[in-house]
Amino acid sequence: MTAPRMPTEDEVSALHERLHREAEEGGYHLNPDRAFTRDLVRGLLVNTARYGYASCPCRLASRSRSKDLDIICPCDYRDPDLTEYDACYCALYVSGAILTGKQQLRPVPERRPSPDQRQAVIREVRTTTIGGLAYPVWRCRVCGYLCARKDPPEVCPVCKATKERFERFI
Amino acid sequence: MQYRSGITVEIVHVSGRTRGKVMLYALSTCVWCKKTKELLASLGVDHSYVFVDLLPEKEMEETMNQVLRFNPKGSFPTLVIDERRCIVGFREAEIREALA
Ligand code: SF4
Repeated sequence: MTAPRMPTEDEVSALHERLHREAEEGGYHLNPDRAFTRDLVRGLLVNTARYGYASCPCRLASRSRSKDLDIICPCDYRDPDLTEYDACYCALYVSGAILTGKQQLRPVPERRPSPDQRQAVIREVRTTTIGGLAYPVWRCRVCGYLCARKDPPEVCPVCKATKERFERFI
Repeated sequence: MQYRSGITVEIVHVSGRTRGKVMLYALSTCVWCKKTKELLASLGVDHSYVFVDLLPEKEMEETMNQVLRFNPKGSFPTLVIDERRCIVGFREAEIREALA
């Protein structure tokens, strides 16, 4: 593969700032360790440049956006990991307990299914329907946001995940 | 091949005290991989590391097959000692103990 150019420090600062703002607006927190978090933000920029999508810096991308939808940051695994381990897999996002120093970071085991089990998970489609609903209910796979409307929104208003990351819930 | 910032795209050997064959599979963008790499350097043990994401396609596939033999999740960092022991993730105490 061709090696991508390294993002500039200004680009890292701009994205860091935006992610921080969006996280706080949605009730999430970025890791307060500046140097550590900047490294991850740099990784997100490198991945966006070389793959065309912001693939998780701590996971190997397949170079196929549709196969990697679950690991576009914020990934489908962030929220369950925040609940169980107080941090996402990379520790870009942390819980309030870590932010305030009440908890220490610990290694987060990989929650993403192994390569041989991935297809099955992604193909799993909800088929439950409740009669009489005027609209289908869409669920954001990243943060669980629900909305009843004809189609999912372009971007999740809570976590900014894109439309294709929604699944039909009801 | 080199990253423009000078990161090398191949298996890199780092000389040091012999503690068996120590191989680190890492990603160039992963901060926990970076911490593991720094820990190995600070311990001064003889080891090799490779940034799997920077490998050409064929080498990447072959290397992933090696990783999957020890770590079926295919996650990073994967540290393999003597082709027997495998430590997944930045588990500092465990790594220190294994290489003491
Ligand atoms: S939210 Fe998921 S994709 Fe983003 S940095 Fe954390 S683990 Fe990686």
